[in-house]
Amino acid sequence: MIERFEYDNRIVKNFLFVTILWGLVGMLVGLTAALQLVVPGMNWTEYFTFGRVRPLHTNAVIFAFVGNGIFAGAYYSLQRLLKTRMFSDALSNIHFWGWQLIIVAAAITLPLGMTSGKEYAELEWPIDIAITLVWVVFGINMFGTILKRRERHLYVAIWFYIATWVTVAMLHIVNSIELPISITKSYSWYAGVQDALVQWWYGHNAVAFFLTTPYLGLMYYFLPKAANRPVYSYKLSIIHFWALIFLYIWAGPHHLLYSALPDWAQSLGTVFSIMLIAPSWGGMLNGLLTLRGAWDRVREDAVLKFFVVAVTCYGMATLEGPLLSLKSINAIAHYTDWIVAHVHIGGIGWNGFMTFGMVYWLVPRLYGTELYSQKLANMHFWLGTLGIIFYAVPLYFAGFFQSLMWKQFTPDGFLVYPNFLDTLLQIKTAYWLRALGGTIYIVGVCIMIYNIWRTVKAGRLVANEAAEAPPLENVSVTSESGHWHRWIERRPIQMLVLSLVVVAIGGLLELVPTFLVKSNIPTISSVKPYTPLELHGRDIYVREGCYTCHSQMVRPFRSETERYGEYAKAGEFVYDHPFQWGSKRTGPDLLRVGGKYPNSWHYYHMWDPTSMSPGSLMPAYPHLFENALDTSVTSKKIDAMITMGVPYAKDFPAKANADLQAQSQAIVADLKKAGVEAMSDREIIAVIAYLQRVGTDIKAKAPAGVAAQP
Amino acid sequence: MLKFIKHHLDTIAGVGIYPVISFVIFFSFFLLMLFWLRRVGSAHVDHMAALPLSDEINTNDTAYHAH
Repeated sequence: MIERFEYDNRIVKNFLFVTILWGLVGMLVGLTAALQLVVPGMNWTEYFTFGRVRPLHTNAVIFAFVGNGIFAGAYYSLQRLLKTRMFSDALSNIHFWGWQLIIVAAAITLPLGMTSGKEYAELEWPIDIAITLVWVVFGINMFGTILKRRERHLYVAIWFYIATWVTVAMLHIVNSIELPISITKSYSWYAGVQDALVQWWYGHNAVAFFLTTPYLGLMYYFLPKAANRPVYSYKLSIIHFWALIFLYIWAGPHHLLYSALPDWAQSLGTVFSIMLIAPSWGGMLNGLLTLRGAWDRVREDAVLKFFVVAVTCYGMATLEGPLLSLKSINAIAHYTDWIVAHVHIGGIGWNGFMTFGMVYWLVPRLYGTELYSQKLANMHFWLGTLGIIFYAVPLYFAGFFQSLMWKQFTPDGFLVYPNFLDTLLQIKTAYWLRALGGTIYIVGVCIMIYNIWRTVKAGRLVANEAAEAPPLENVSVTSESGHWHRWIERRPIQMLVLSLVVVAIGGLLELVPTFLVKSNIPTISSVKPYTPLELHGRDIYVREGCYTCHSQMVRPFRSETERYGEYAKAGEFVYDHPFQWGSKRTGPDLLRVGGKYPNSWHYYHMWDPTSMSPGSLMPAYPHLFENALDTSVTSKKIDAMITMGVPYAKDFPAKANADLQAQSQAIVADLKKAGVEAMSDREIIAVIAYLQRVGTDIKAKAPAGVAAQP
Repeated sequence: MLKFIKHHLDTIAGVGIYPVISFVIFFSFFLLMLFWLRRVGSAHVDHMAALPLSDEINTNDTAYHAH
C-alpha cells in the first residue's frame, strides 16, 4: 500500500529567504566593522563603535545567516530523507518566527551595549532563554518527524543534524549560566580561568557544531543531489561522523595556548586538534570524490562550482586549524589577523559557498522553474571566489607580518617596535584590501539576490509538494541483532542519547578537572576583589566590547614580558566575571596597563585617542564623558558578586556607594592636579579607575610574596 | 618561572584516571565501529548511499547498483 502525503516547501522557502536577507545584513555590518578599523570616523555614535559592531557582525552571520541556512536545508532534506512531512506545521512556524524574533532582539540589544562579554555568546540572559525554548521547539519538530518517518534507516545527514541539536543545546546551556542583576545585565557564573575554559569549549564547538556538523549534513545531502550520484563512500561518512563528534568536543583549549590555562588542558586541546585532521580530510575527500566522473559538469554548473570551492575551503580551514593549534605556530598567529583570515575561509568559503550553492539548487525547485540566469550565477561564483582571496590573503600577510614585528629585537635585546601602534599602522593597507575583498564578495551576493528575485517572479511556489511512499512496517529486528550500528541507524532516540553521551563525556572530562581546579588554582594573596567604582568601570569595559581589540593575557614570551610586563597568572583572574582575556590584538594588551599612565592620559585618550597616540585607529568615546554613572545598581552588583563567592564583607553592599564616591573624588582631585576639570559622576571616572587597577594586584607587596595555597 | 602554573592538578584525587578513561572509551568505540564497517554488507551500504537520490523521479537505481 502506498501512502500519499505532501512535503512542506513553504517553511523551507521562508528559512531560505531570511538566510539571504540576514546574510546580506550581517555581511554589510562586517564590512562596516572592517572599514572602522581604517577609518575611525566611521564609529558613528556610541551605538555603532567597533566594539559593539563586531559582536553584531559575528552574531548576525553565525546565528542569522548560517543558522537560518541550517534550518532551510534541514527542513528540506529531513522531509525527503524520511519520506514524510514535518511533524507539525505549527512547530515549524513557531520555530521560524521565534528564531527571527531572537535575531531582531540581538540586532537591537547588541548596539545598545547589552552584552555578556563572551565571544559568540554575547546575548543577554532573556535572549539566551528564548534561544533555548526555540531550540527545544526545533528538536521536538525534528524528532517528531523522525518518529513518523517512512524510511527505516537514518541517512548520515540526519545523524549530523541530531548531533548538532544535542551538542548545541548542551554548549549553550552550560556556557550561558549567568547571574542576572537586571533584565539587561548579568554576570557569568564562572570566573577567570574557568570562565575562559568554558567559553572556549563553547566557542570552539560553536564552530564545530553550528558551523560545521550541520553543514556537513547539508553537504552529504545536497552534494550527491546536485551531482546526481551517491556519496563516494558511505562507510567513510560514518567514520567521518563518529570521529568528528568524538574529537571536536575536546579541542576547545587550543584557543588558550600559552595563556594562564593549566598546561595539561592546553596539551589536550592540541592533541585532539591534530587528530581532527584525519576525519576532516576524510570528509572533504568524500565530498570531492562524490564528483568522480562528473567533473565535466563542474565547468558549467554554478551549484557544483560553489560546492567544490566550499568543500575545498572546509579542507583548507580544517588543516589550518590543527596547524594553528601547534604551540609554535600559535605563538605567531594568535592575537593577529591570521586568525581572522582563517575564520573567514571557513565562514565565507565553507558556510557562504555551501549556502549559495544550496540557494541556487533549491529556489528553482521550490518554484517549479529554471534559474533565471546561469550566467549571473557563474558571475557570482567568480566574484565570491575573488572576494575570498582578496579578503584572506592580505590578512594572512598582515597577521604574519605584524606578529614578526611584535617579536623583533635589536641586537642589544630591545624591541625594534616598542610602540604597538607602529606595527598596526604597517598593516593598514592590508586592512583596506580586506575591505575591498569583502565588498567584492557582497557585490556577488547582491547579484545572487537579483537572480533569485527574477527566478521567483518567473515561477510559482510549490507550497505543498505531493509525494508518496509505502508506510514503515513494524518488523521485528531479531535477525539483525548482531549489527549494533544498524541497530542505531534505525533508532533515532538511542542515536540522540548516544550522541549526547559521546559529547558529554568529552565535555565532562575536559571541564570537570577545571572545576576541581577551583581549589587548586594557586590563590595569590595580594589579588583582591574590585572596588565598586572599578567594578562599574569593568562593566563599562565589557559593555563597550573593549575585548574585541584588546587582550588581557600576557603570554610567557620575552617579546611580551618586555612589551607589556609580567606574564599572566591563573590566580590573577579569580574575581573576573566574565573573564576578558580577548582573542585579538588590534590594540595592545591591557593586562598591565594599570599604573602605566597617569589618570589624565586615560582621560584625554578616551576623549580622543589620537591626542595621546597620533595615528591611533581606536574609536573616541565621548559618551563616557556625557553619561552619568548608574550608581543605583551598585549594591545589587556587589550582592551578585558575593553570591558568586567574591569575598566582600557582608555589610559592604550598603556601604559600596560611599566607597565609590570617595574613590571617584580622589581620581577627580588627581585629574585636577594635571589641569583637567572632570565631573566625578561620569562613566569615564569609573573606566579610569578600572584601567588603573587591571593587573596591578600582583605588583602589590604581599607578606610572603605570592603565596600558593591549595 | 612556571612555579605558578605547575601544580594545578596535583590536588585532584586520582587525576590519572581521566586520560585512561577517555583513551579506553575512544579506542574501544573506534574498534567496534571499524569492525562493524568491515562486516556490513554492500547492499545495506548501497541502500543508505542512495537515500538522498531516491526521492527524485528520474533516479535510475539499477544503473547505480551496477557500479
